Amino acid sequence: MTVLLAATAAALFSIGTYLVLQRKLSRIIIGIALLSHGANVLMVSSGRSGRAPIIGNGRADELADPLPQALALTSIVISFGVTALLLALAYRSWLLSSDDEVQDDVEDDMIARRGAPDDELAGAGDPSEPDEAVDDEPVAGEAGP
Amino acid sequence: MTALLTLPVMLPLVGAALSILLGRSRRVQRTIAVTTLTAVLGMAVALLVEVDRHGPVAAQAGGWPAPLGITLVADRLSAIMLVVASLMLLAVLVYAIGQPGAERNHVGFQSVYLVLAAGVSAAFLTGDLFNLFVSIEMMLTASYVLITLGGRLEQVRSGMTYVVISLLASVLFVALLAFVYASTGTMNLADLSSRIAELPDGLRSALAVLMLVVFGIKAAIFPLYFWLPDSYPTAPSPVTAIFAGLLTKVGVYAIIRTQTLLFPADTRPGTLLLWLAGATMVVGVLGAIAQGDVKRVLSFQIISHIGYMIMGLGLFTLGGLAAAVLYTIHHIVAKTGLFLTGGLIEHAGGSSRLTRLGGMVRTAPVIAVLFLVPALSLVGVPPFSGFVAKFALVDAASARSSYAVMGVALLVSLLTLYSLMKIWISVFWSPASDPQPAAGPGPPPGEPLGGPLLMVVPTAVLAALTLAIGLAAGPLYDLSLRAAADLLDPAAYIAVVDR
Repeated sequence: MTVLLAATAAALFSIGTYLVLQRKLSRIIIGIALLSHGANVLMVSSGRSGRAPIIGNGRADELADPLPQALALTSIVISFGVTALLLALAYRSWLLSSDDEVQDDVEDDMIARRGAPDDELAGAGDPSEPDEAVDDEPVAGEAGP
Repeated sequence: MTALLTLPVMLPLVGAALSILLGRSRRVQRTIAVTTLTAVLGMAVALLVEVDRHGPVAAQAGGWPAPLGITLVADRLSAIMLVVASLMLLAVLVYAIGQPGAERNHVGFQSVYLVLAAGVSAAFLTGDLFNLFVSIEMMLTASYVLITLGGRLEQVRSGMTYVVISLLASVLFVALLAFVYASTGTMNLADLSSRIAELPDGLRSALAVLMLVVFGIKAAIFPLYFWLPDSYPTAPSPVTAIFAGLLTKVGVYAIIRTQTLLFPADTRPGTLLLWLAGATMVVGVLGAIAQGDVKRVLSFQIISHIGYMIMGLGLFTLGGLAAAVLYTIHHIVAKTGLFLTGGLIEHAGGSSRLTRLGGMVRTAPVIAVLFLVPALSLVGVPPFSGFVAKFALVDAASARSSYAVMGVALLVSLLTLYSLMKIWISVFWSPASDPQPAAGPGPPPGEPLGGPLLMVVPTAVLAALTLAIGLAAGPLYDLSLRAAADLLDPAAYIAVVDR
């Protein structure tokens, strides 16, 4: 039983990790949901297994440990709420840009690009050269074949 | 006594519920929020006085005895953090009420803000690892809503990053809780501190590192900081200010609490923490220098300064921990103040981009002063709070002969000065290099202070507070020393929980 739970948790974690690394927000949300299920299964498996923990259902050491189950319930509720919020965000993103792809940080790109001309200066010598090269290329490509 | 521990969590939650019910009237909502947070501040001060006089206090929720029920504990560290946090929450709330746009257009702002307050209080007061998870989730869920408030495209974009990263941290937290419970059979922090000591070395180190990763994501320490400068700047400025002041500091608090309380003295990862601290400081400040936007410069500086707090912890000496506590107090006040000023700059100048702003020392001299005071404090210029905190930190590092990290800390202070002077020169001194055609120079007419009174006053209070901390350094350092002594010898903490 414990091995089965551990294997389930491992499978959920690996599929979830794969999905979270995708670019589409809808896949990321499914990935997050799978990851939190994996964590919850892990949580349930952290206590002793046994019969349903109700008074009168057997001796104390035959019963399952109720605490991890209660904790797992709490964390399921939390992940449920936050997943709903994420779905709303994805919908909002789709409304605003008709796409749910996670975009790069624009500021970061700008700052990264600020460093680029220095490299080109060091390599090519003339800063105006790359622009001309870009302009020429399509013409050369069309003329070639 | 029990009331002082439970009410800082319960009152804001009740206030949040009332605020939703009475959502029609913005004035009633504001009254509820301000009253609640003032009451929480009062209780936090009372709690600090009580704890400082008579030692830690504990309350068992629902009357269930310690390892079974949920314990709320306050020692000096939690009480100090609670006082500073509720003061910031109140100041930023007043600022938000004064600011056009942020709070006025959203029915839910006040109630979500109060839930955030409850989450922060609960995180500081809890004595139970699972309850810490719940408090942090409560705080984070509120923060997800606040950071995307307004629903503009760039907010949704950065909000998604923030939510997904925080959720991954939460998943790891649940996994951590599962491992902790499976190996020890308890969630109570005081109970854990004795049981973790009995675990085999390998298991204990694994738990310690997993804890460091989970709380390191929340606290934005190297190399888990990348989400912060991406997501904070797009939120409305009061929201960014309260996030900058409190959210990462809850992570720092959790790191300090778990690393000192749960793990025996001889197995603490001091050297690892010092390395992380040094890297966090350097990476944060270098990022800040490269940025071209006021809020982004300030966001990278948060990361850099988290490094100082971790450095104080990594020394694991009385002086080091006291310096970490003092630094945290100083940082919360100075950083929140700076972000509030950043909001004022945006309000008066119409943008937060460095190239579009200029000459504000003439058009808005009050904002210039309000920026300069916390900025100099952050750098560590006497007589402001940063000087005292940094001096305590450097003193503690030299007492333990950790000269490498001490040198890094001093160098990073200089670079912090450089990055802040960059803001100072381009926003306040030089003319705008790429002026906006739409926005006129200077604040709107009728606002000689550079913004509405309710925005300027809280910012000024925080600026005055950072000066006051610098001037009252003696008593505050003594208090931090007593808090650090509690942390290094948690016997009183454990005893009051078990009683």
